[in-house]
Amino acid sequence: MPQTFTCGFALTYNRRVLSRFNVGISAMSNQGKMDCGRRRLIVATAAVGGSGVLAALVPFVSTLLPSERAKAAGAPVEVDISKLEAGQMITVEWRGKPVWVMRRTKEMLETLATLNSELADPDSAKAEQPPYCKGMERTIPNQDPAVLVMVGICTHLGCSPTAKFRAGTEESMPADWKGGFLCPCHGSTFDLSGRVFKNKPAPTNLPVPPYKYLSETRIIIGVDTEGA
Amino acid sequence: MAANTNSEKYKSDGSLIGNLLEWVDARFPATSLWRTHLAEYYAPKNFNFWYFFGSLALLVLVLQVVTGIFLVMHYKPDGSLNANGIPVAFASVNYIMYDVPWGWLVRYMHSTGASAFFIVVYLHMFRGILYGSYRKPRELIWVFGVLVFLCLMAEAFMGYLLPWGQMSLWGAQVIINLFSAIPVIGDPLTIWIRGDFVIGDATLNRFFSFHVIAVPLVLIGLVVAHLLALHEVGSNNPDGVEIKERKNEKGIPLDGIPFHPYYTVKDIVGVVVFLMAFSAVIFFAPEGGGYFLEYNNFFQSDPLKTPPHIAPVWYFTPFYSMLRAMVWNFFWLDAKLWGVITMGAGVVILAFLPWLDRSPAKSIRYRGPIFKILLAIFVFAFLILGFLGTKAPGYYFFGYQPPEKGSSLLSILLSGDIIAQVFTAYYFLFFLTMPIWSKIDKCKPVPERVTWK
Amino acid sequence: MQTRTGKGHLEMNTMRNLKTLLVVLLAAPALVFASDAGLKLDRAPDVSTDKAALQNGAKLFVNYCQGCHGLSAIRYARLQEIGLTEQQIIDNLMFTSDKIGEPMLTAMKAADAKKWFGAAPPDLSLAARARASEAGSGADWLYTYLRTFYRDDSRPTGWNNLVFDKVGMPHILAILQGEQVLVKAQDAKGKVTHKLLLAKQGRYAADEYDKQVGDLVGFLAWASEPQAALRQKLGVAVLIFLAVLFVFAYLLKKEYWKDVH
Repeated sequence: MPQTFTCGFALTYNRRVLSRFNVGISAMSNQGKMDCGRRRLIVATAAVGGSGVLAALVPFVSTLLPSERAKAAGAPVEVDISKLEAGQMITVEWRGKPVWVMRRTKEMLETLATLNSELADPDSAKAEQPPYCKGMERTIPNQDPAVLVMVGICTHLGCSPTAKFRAGTEESMPADWKGGFLCPCHGSTFDLSGRVFKNKPAPTNLPVPPYKYLSETRIIIGVDTEGA
Repeated sequence: MAANTNSEKYKSDGSLIGNLLEWVDARFPATSLWRTHLAEYYAPKNFNFWYFFGSLALLVLVLQVVTGIFLVMHYKPDGSLNANGIPVAFASVNYIMYDVPWGWLVRYMHSTGASAFFIVVYLHMFRGILYGSYRKPRELIWVFGVLVFLCLMAEAFMGYLLPWGQMSLWGAQVIINLFSAIPVIGDPLTIWIRGDFVIGDATLNRFFSFHVIAVPLVLIGLVVAHLLALHEVGSNNPDGVEIKERKNEKGIPLDGIPFHPYYTVKDIVGVVVFLMAFSAVIFFAPEGGGYFLEYNNFFQSDPLKTPPHIAPVWYFTPFYSMLRAMVWNFFWLDAKLWGVITMGAGVVILAFLPWLDRSPAKSIRYRGPIFKILLAIFVFAFLILGFLGTKAPGYYFFGYQPPEKGSSLLSILLSGDIIAQVFTAYYFLFFLTMPIWSKIDKCKPVPERVTWK
Repeated sequence: MQTRTGKGHLEMNTMRNLKTLLVVLLAAPALVFASDAGLKLDRAPDVSTDKAALQNGAKLFVNYCQGCHGLSAIRYARLQEIGLTEQQIIDNLMFTSDKIGEPMLTAMKAADAKKWFGAAPPDLSLAARARASEAGSGADWLYTYLRTFYRDDSRPTGWNNLVFDKVGMPHILAILQGEQVLVKAQDAKGKVTHKLLLAKQGRYAADEYDKQVGDLVGFLAWASEPQAALRQKLGVAVLIFLAVLFVFAYLLKKEYWKDVH
């Protein structure tokens, strides 16, 4: 029954439909030709109409993107670190997340090198920080290595770790604890650079956000340091 | 019978998709639904311009649902004031218009869609009256249609409160207070409807719930019923001829053509033309000259200050005019209640049309001069009622200034109030006397087959 | 067409008459409106494409209006759309906030304002749309309003206004415009007309003041719908697209309907 024309499908379909009802089929001999044109028209109309539908989808899908309000709330945050004492940490909000700004003491910085063998990623090789914050201190080169800026969200399932700065004596910490952070949810531990210890649930070190020094005492979180 | 072919199930051609379709069709009436409602739904071949509005109404319904879903994601039904002294609901509409990417477009589509819905539905109903589409055996289709219209009015009314502007608040205030006209239970009823002694946060929240969930559910159910009833008895046509009475040897109406592809391709043309008009409004006149988005509604709602002139949105104004036309107390009931009864009756009376019309011919093509003249006046009256509903009471046509004392002939002839009363009376008399005049009207013989080309 | 029956012709005529009637009826409201205008508004100049004027308007708004009125829907950063740089906005226009993403609120607290004025001065985000009427656009109203303040000692503020009788706001722009007084005159037919006379010159001459107000109103009109220009541009593209789609859809319909006799 299916007759082979170049546009065979369209023809057999139309024959089937047309044979069902009684409206005359004009010039059967021309059918093959006509159906070719018909099929081309279907494809063309569907293409134009379909691209219109796709274009109309764009605004609808876009409404789900962060609004101007969300973007404004996620704007970069300036922090004054002039009054930040050694050993002290402050938490600022950036994009609704806690960002820790901490000035580490000399003793704290000295612990970092001693821990390398116990850490999962001591050199911060995995990308959880801007490229300019690699290394043990995880700070911007040419700036005070004592000042650490870090997003206080555990890379496991998103809890905020608690500060366990005191060496050894901290509650529920091992005796050889040298100071760092403990995630209360699943027990991941991090050193004073936010580097995760081996065999803990957290897969990577705590993230360092993009930030930049505006002056010696002012940093801005959410803006990358250029050329560093 | 065409229906016999419905038992044919899909047979796979051996391809993967073919096998899947066969599997599905064995378990779900896919092929049979397709055939009953599209490929083998035989529609008269002589549909004209007026037959676009049914499918367009369906299109606008889909558009309203889709845009509504996206608006609900950003809108907040909260009547309290924010720190800047702006109601949260009003500010959230501003948020959609200014802060949400492309939010303004979605909102304009929804607000224009509301008016487009009524334009399309009014024209769809007018088509029914032109060609007698409500006559036997289509009475139920018409009744479902009137219910859809009622639902649409409820949906539009409640949706209009949501932007929480001045017209939202005071429009709702006036309409809800209509219920207070009902003796004895009126006042407690209005308080129950509002959930407060004034239109407040409680009212806003319940209207929101009704607007986005309850009424749309009922509306969609009624639309399905409307379509099922239509496909059960078949479409009417501009000749008012029953095409099912003349069938070929296969049981297919001689004047019928499959809805798909013939009317799908035709309706696509109608859809494109409609979208052009719709886009023209959205992109070049989203306020619709103050009729689609009323200017006063750009003021945040203020329960202490009524705008100088409140008019409902244009699609309610014919019925609003009927409400205001009643200014007399009689039969122990006061004018306010009569107004409400008149307005309600104005909608409800439409549902009785199938039983009021006694004409031997369905279509205007074969009906007599009485119908044509009375219908023309009816359309004129309805439009003027609609126009007057947008005006404050005491309106005079052509800027006429009535004399300070007494009245002149012109002050009666040009008075909007009096004309509204005359046309309201006409509106009802058109229906109530229809059994008489439709019977005596001189109809022409109706042909056996549809006229075509 | 020739094969149409007599009935068909008759119906055609009826339909044509009906359509003519419809057109007349639809046009009628427009005719009636035309005779309806009670309040005569001056036309605001269209500065929507004049970035310098819009920037001047923004400056005037910040200096003279924002003390009491917010523009809560516009974020400072959005002023970049009228051609300002981020730094210019921060340096010249941001008095109420230190974050460029914040909305242009007023420094006055809504609750305080209510205590001091009885009603909080309205947020002006949508003023240019809300004030539209049959008499003219919202911008026209604002343009007329800001130029028709006059001295009225019976008012607590000492000011009244031609288009906003018993207005609560004093004439903030008096230092720019000067002081006007209302002169009532009666013409030969006994018709009373109101005329404003400049009693005391302000900083600007009358036409310069009009230009400044035009800029300010232009800015408010922009703020009432910042995407208006984009909307219209997009509209042209959409209509062109639909016209193309129409051609294809129409040809497709023609093609299929060849079958139907």
